[in-house]
Amino acid sequence: MTNQPWQVQIKIQRQRAGEKPYVQAFALEVDPDEYVLDAVERIWAFHDRTLTYRHACHHSTCGACGMRVNGREKLTCITTIRSVTQNGGTIRIDPLRNFPVVSDLVVDMGDFFLRMNKSDFNSVAPDNAARLPYEHPKKLETQTEGEPERLVDCIECGLCISACPAANTDKEYVGPAVLAAIHLMYTQNPSQKLINQADDHSGLWRCHSAYECTEVCPSGVDPAWRIMDMRKTVFKDRVKSIIKPRLPEKKDA
Amino acid sequence: MPNQPDSNNWPRWFDPRSRSLGTFGYILNRVTALGLTLYLMMHLVALGQLARGADAYDGFIALVKNPLFKLGELLVIAAGVIHGLNGIRIALNSFGIGVRRQKSTFITLMLIAVFIIVFFAFKMFSEG
Repeated sequence: MTNQPWQVQIKIQRQRAGEKPYVQAFALEVDPDEYVLDAVERIWAFHDRTLTYRHACHHSTCGACGMRVNGREKLTCITTIRSVTQNGGTIRIDPLRNFPVVSDLVVDMGDFFLRMNKSDFNSVAPDNAARLPYEHPKKLETQTEGEPERLVDCIECGLCISACPAANTDKEYVGPAVLAAIHLMYTQNPSQKLINQADDHSGLWRCHSAYECTEVCPSGVDPAWRIMDMRKTVFKDRVKSIIKPRLPEKKDA
Repeated sequence: MPNQPDSNNWPRWFDPRSRSLGTFGYILNRVTALGLTLYLMMHLVALGQLARGADAYDGFIALVKNPLFKLGELLVIAAGVIHGLNGIRIALNSFGIGVRRQKSTFITLMLIAVFIIVFFAFKMFSEG
């Protein structure tokens, strides 16, 4: 340890699927510069092997370790203990909201991933399309032949869905990450299919401007900005369809 | 409350704990909308007094001159001003205008709302 160790209490919401949740407290000695995920792992390793949680990369790339830390959605692999408590303090850890709890801190994100797939979300994109349109282009250090590609910012961690008040009450709402994915794909390959997906009462129009998605996003995707920008596109499309009505789509025989 | 989306989770809309400024705007708009709806219903009941004759209406008017009712009227003005100004921000944002400045827009509009509410409070309570 590089610092004087801290004594902290970690309170974790425990729950088996379908059973009533309860809170279990663990007393731990930690380095304040450790991450919250390190503390959770130590609880599993030395205190209770039945504790379940998701983790993989430990450097904010896989999006697996999203939890609520003191009520706020965080990627626990990049959230230092120092940033959420003090020596002698308490950290409360809960599973993400708006997803069914499978066990303890593990939530079922199956529906969310299926919705992402429906938007044809591709996690690799040309560099100029992967960034937010209002960001200034960064000069790439290494030039490759052809158009350089990179991973897009969204890591599908689900923090935005957990923080969204509209997703809290509407099962059908696709949520900020999916709408941001539709926007991202539309900027690369504009299509009527993507507009139709977004232009739905469970799509763009369910957002009620709380901006929590952008606040909690650990990757700078800015879903709220993307939702509002996509609304502009949908609005223009609707106006266009009034001036020049679209022909009905040909149905397969 | 269940962890997964459920229409019964609506009380969470009003929980400001661990939330950012955007949610405060979201909560304010809902609270003021409910207040204004309640006022509209009360207003319609009050207008109904007209149908019961001049004496009933005069009695009602005498009642609403009570300072407590004046405070209620001030709350209606406050709700209308806050809801209206916040609504302008949301309408502009919804068409992609000023989204990245939504926080500063919210603070500015709420400061304007406070100024208007204080002005009305002064006018209403200083005139006796």
